[in-house]
Amino acid sequence: MSITLKNITKSYKKVTAVDDISFEVKPGELFGLIGPDGAGKTTLFRILTTLLFADKGEATVAGYDVVKDYKEIRKSVGYMPGRFSLYQDLTVEENLEFFATIFGTTIEENYDLIKDIYVQIEPFKKRRAGKLSGGMKQKLALSCALIHKPKVLFLDEPTTGVDPVSRKEFWDMLKRLNDKGITTLVSTPYMDEAALCDRIALIQEGKILKIDSPSNIIDQHEKQIYNVEAKDMYQLIQNLKEFPENESVYAFGEFVHYTHSNENFHPEKLEKFLSERDHKNISIKPTSPSIEDVFMDLARKKDVKPTENEA
Amino acid sequence: MKTIIYIVQKEFRQIFRNKGMLPIIFVLPLLQLIILSNAATFDIENIKFSYVDHDRSSSSRGLVENFEASTYFNILNSFPSHKHAYEAMEKGEVDVILEIPSDFHTQLIREKQVDLGVYINAIDGSKAGVESVYINQIIKNFNRNIAISTTGFNPLQNQKIEVLTVPSFWYNNTLNYKIFMVPGILVLLVTMLTLFLSGMNIVREKEIGTLEQINVTPIKKYQFIIGKLFPFWALGLLIMTIGLLISKIIFAVPMIGSIPLIYLFTTVYLLVILGMGLFISNYTDTQQQAMFIAWFFVVIFILMSGLFTPIESMPDWAQKITLLNPIRYFVEIIRMVMLKGSGFKDIIPQLTIISGYALVMNALAVWSYKKTN
Repeated sequence: MSITLKNITKSYKKVTAVDDISFEVKPGELFGLIGPDGAGKTTLFRILTTLLFADKGEATVAGYDVVKDYKEIRKSVGYMPGRFSLYQDLTVEENLEFFATIFGTTIEENYDLIKDIYVQIEPFKKRRAGKLSGGMKQKLALSCALIHKPKVLFLDEPTTGVDPVSRKEFWDMLKRLNDKGITTLVSTPYMDEAALCDRIALIQEGKILKIDSPSNIIDQHEKQIYNVEAKDMYQLIQNLKEFPENESVYAFGEFVHYTHSNENFHPEKLEKFLSERDHKNISIKPTSPSIEDVFMDLARKKDVKPTENEA
Repeated sequence: MKTIIYIVQKEFRQIFRNKGMLPIIFVLPLLQLIILSNAATFDIENIKFSYVDHDRSSSSRGLVENFEASTYFNILNSFPSHKHAYEAMEKGEVDVILEIPSDFHTQLIREKQVDLGVYINAIDGSKAGVESVYINQIIKNFNRNIAISTTGFNPLQNQKIEVLTVPSFWYNNTLNYKIFMVPGILVLLVTMLTLFLSGMNIVREKEIGTLEQINVTPIKKYQFIIGKLFPFWALGLLIMTIGLLISKIIFAVPMIGSIPLIYLFTTVYLLVILGMGLFISNYTDTQQQAMFIAWFFVVIFILMSGLFTPIESMPDWAQKITLLNPIRYFVEIIRMVMLKGSGFKDIIPQLTIISGYALVMNALAVWSYKKTN
């Protein structure tokens, strides 16, 4: 196993950031930690990259214990923190050279690995890192994390604050790296990115809701979801919540996703209910669930009382 | 070794690219040296002097003339009454009032003794003290002359036996305060600069998040710390050199002792300061916090360094505290070596203390620097 966690728990004063988490990441896997802000993703990364001690539990990375063999881990992992943490006042080239040097290697030695990524920022290699665009900063940070040919790569929210085109490019790069056999643990708050991972763990409030491949997670979801559409979106959500025996109602792009609490759902009844409340252009169609729908469902079930759903 | 060299190189690049920082590092301290050395004077001149002469005799005029002749006093005004003079002092127009009683002349001739009223504005205590000494000297002088002229009839019989002291000021025979202050202020500047820069440096990496990235690399503690601190050690020595040149060229401070000896001491001394800077940055999270803590220590160190007030005149407990003050030793040494020409043997005690201090400080700093939290 490339990464193993056993009953990892970590609290900050009164808040439990990570609560009894166990999972394993296989060698060569692209594993995603999916969850909202404050779910405990960064804490997990900091524990696995030896920056933080867990209160309880054991963890290994690349076969090394995170407490005992921290020195070995630091040699064999690449870490890209959520915040851009390269030297803004050094140039692209100087940053890369700096990280190569402190890992005791050279840019030339591992150029193959970063070539795909680095060629995209090479035209700007004399530019200071602080003056790069968000997407280019991420590419540089990834290059720096890869320069010593790590066995395991940790990417903490690498695409937060990056434009959609750069996000897509970034994930393409991750896929290619993954093909080269680098185990990757990546976290993201974006549910659409989850589908690109080999396996994902849905995490909320320091607890894991589900671990599986994205397709399995979607397949196992039994609840039928309906796309509801009408002219006045806000009023629509309000009225749907008043519909008897509704289970969940939340905005999903241009639609509202609706699930019913039992099998006796008749779209005609809902349509009638809505038109009585002055809604126009009503459409109700069944749709297949996405990771986000599953997450919403699991997160709702976890809480004792149903939450106000929002997206 | 390669790693350390690379970190040092990186630090220098960052220092020289920081356009806001460069003038602060190089120009400000030297400006301060030039300005402070000229301004921080212990000489008290241009004392605003006034008098109330109730006597208006030849003797009272003679006394006032004695004050006029002194370069320390500016005769501002004569007031008709004590009340007027006092009002002027209230307004801050005069520093000193001399009140001569109406029977000054007659008493002086008849009784050979007379009381004078002297009022000194003592808001600034040390200034008032110096003024009082000046006034007493002038009156004493006047007294001696009067004694001779009034008892001139048989001088041999009546002359008092007087002991005359002629002081000779060693190591600074004109009592030029600049010669005394410039080396001290130089020490202060070198200390402030290296402490602030080193204290804020590692915190800055914490603040911008780069430390987190660095901590997940196999870099060794000692490599990182040496790489980080060496540039500031070198900068400290550079500032010292420029400062010494300015002292020589602009202030003509004598450099009797050996310059390499000053550098030897500076080398060790800077280690203490850098260790302190590192220690501060280990216990702070932002540059602002680091700056405040560094300031707190610097202010105490400066005030208790013997630079502005002699350590010997401090209360006993305060004198003991100054033993912990590294600036104190450096001020002592630089004055000893530059002005007195002390040799290696003379500075051994201070050098030993500072070396020990450097060891303890850096051990603490390295120990408190953690890559994990």
